Amino acid sequence: MLYREAGDFKTSYASDNQTFPIRFDRTAYWAVMAVAFLLVPMVLTDYWANSIVIPFLIYVIAALGLNILIGYTGLLSLGTAAFMAVGAYSTFKLTTAFPEMPIYIVFILSGLVTSAVGVLFGLPSLKIKGFYLAVATLAAQFFLIWLFTRYGWFFNYSSTGQISMPERTMFGVVITGASASSTAVYFTCLIFTVAMAWLARNLTRGTLGRTWMAIRDMDIAAEIIGVNPLIAKLSSFAVSSFFVGVAGALTFAVYLGAVEAGEAFGINKSFLVLFMVIIGGLGSILGSFLGAAFLVVLPVLLKLLLVDGLGWPSDLARHLEIMIIGALIIIVLIAEPHGMAALWRTVKEKLRLWPFPH
Amino acid sequence: MSDNVLFALEAAANGLTVGIMYSLVALGFVLIFKASGIFNFAQGVLALFAALTLVGFQTGQVPFSHLINAIFGTNIHDFGFTMPAVLAIILTVLVMILIAILVERLVLKHLVNQEPIILFMATIGLAYFLEGLGDIMWGAEVKRLDVGIPQGMSPWVDEVTYNLFGYGFYLDELSLWALGIAAVLVTALVIFSQYTKQGRALRAVADDHQAALSVGISLRFIWVLTWSIAGIVALVAGIMWGSKSGVQFSLSLIALKALPVLILGGFTSIPGAIVGGLLIGVGEKLFDFFMQPIIGGATENWFAYMLALVFLLFRPQGLFGERIIERV
Repeated sequence: MLYREAGDFKTSYASDNQTFPIRFDRTAYWAVMAVAFLLVPMVLTDYWANSIVIPFLIYVIAALGLNILIGYTGLLSLGTAAFMAVGAYSTFKLTTAFPEMPIYIVFILSGLVTSAVGVLFGLPSLKIKGFYLAVATLAAQFFLIWLFTRYGWFFNYSSTGQISMPERTMFGVVITGASASSTAVYFTCLIFTVAMAWLARNLTRGTLGRTWMAIRDMDIAAEIIGVNPLIAKLSSFAVSSFFVGVAGALTFAVYLGAVEAGEAFGINKSFLVLFMVIIGGLGSILGSFLGAAFLVVLPVLLKLLLVDGLGWPSDLARHLEIMIIGALIIIVLIAEPHGMAALWRTVKEKLRLWPFPH
Repeated sequence: MSDNVLFALEAAANGLTVGIMYSLVALGFVLIFKASGIFNFAQGVLALFAALTLVGFQTGQVPFSHLINAIFGTNIHDFGFTMPAVLAIILTVLVMILIAILVERLVLKHLVNQEPIILFMATIGLAYFLEGLGDIMWGAEVKRLDVGIPQGMSPWVDEVTYNLFGYGFYLDELSLWALGIAAVLVTALVIFSQYTKQGRALRAVADDHQAALSVGISLRFIWVLTWSIAGIVALVAGIMWGSKSGVQFSLSLIALKALPVLILGGFTSIPGAIVGGLLIGVGEKLFDFFMQPIIGGATENWFAYMLALVFLLFRPQGLFGERIIERV
């Protein structure tokens, strides 16, 4: 009785077109929002904020961005971390060059800068695809990181080669730098995550999203029915890079505070985000949330269990973690190639029929 | 000849030897790609794993000793004996064949007819799994690998080049060995695939899966076979790279370098893999040599990828690859 279209009458086009057509989904959505905005800030401690909640929110944005590219447009990218680095370094350059600029404008501008870089590296996608494109994005990964560590201009010639975030406020609350409270940081990330998820959801079910999916399903056929591949592919790169750039900006500005390009945005981070998208579910907004949650929580849980619980050396736990992640990727691909989001889809089908089996 | 030209030549010669390493890894890629259409990301980690296993056998390490010590509170490290290199290599080959069988049983069998991109991601998972497994089995510290290949400067090259140009090139003796071994390996592979029954079956599968199936070739056996051969090629690459700079994680990054090599050479061409590897190896050393004063060092990190990117725009199928034809 919980999960039914029946009895939920739509009386206007607006309500017919709403994001969650089923009442149960709407209720669940508002409940999650209430928990995120009201309950979590009350119980949030510094440890949980820094080890789980904030990385989770940031990775959701990055995973959403990558999902737009891989899951919705079918363009494989292995350069996510480099685009995050572009976001981080633009934030640093912008906020040190224009200290007066409101920080949320800085974040959005950083996203736009990343978009431009993304489109540039996305240009080869017009001609090539699949593994070939993966190599093109690898070029972005290694070239951009090299650029950021090589040229002093990017890190204002600091002697350590690191960039560190000065203190900035948003609406009178300190959100970056050492004196920012974890609640303020949490709210900053939460607002961005919710806004970006809303944007992603609505883009993917609109015209743009449909052209992306047409390209993904078969690009030649899409071209024949009148989808412009140039616009579809480059817009996908632009939007995806915007998301990833904002995620990188947040990683640097509010989460880590100081980063070094090669360390924080290496190729392993690209793979981590890729795994989130695969495990969560290609082409699913919910999947990005589930995948990010899973891969953020898993290492923390393993560490709690093995290192603190059983007293194993931490490097052993880390190797076991790599092994488990690798095995999970394979298992997910075999058992459910559409990821955790597909599991939820199955549950929904069952709920519709409940309490009857068929 | 001026000094600068000589230095450039020396850099190119050294690049050639790095290129052989790339070629060896790329060779493993091509073998698997031809036989099963799988883009095997795990090839580099396979080389790392093979090298780790070889060192483990040679020094008589107890597998999983760290894990056992952590669980049972014991303090064991090695069996207390060492193994001759030949025996250790044979045992490692057996382990690689075992891995090939397991990969076929546990992974590939279940992913038949999936899209190539799904298979590619599965091999990324495999790469992570093997990397973790290798570290847990044999420990993560950098290890010395010595199977008796001479190392250090090659006096012969030094002498010959000194007599020719009045300047002795510095070339690692190991590199010359690598060159020879790579040549032997490729010859053996070519003979195997041209003149043996299994080799013919292999080529048939590479040509057309379904047609091969219909004349009674077992696809599963062929997969195990190619993964075993790729494992052995990985072992050779692992031995070379390991004796040069120690067995360590950076070995698996070579796998990424093999991607541009493949793009240059073409995904389906064995000579392409060799030529591509050499081109990239020489190219990145020369680029670094000439551009260092202008844009700074460490360009090896990205040069190969950029070269591949430029190359892709003009000749997507690679130097020797088959022409890509797309149909709706």
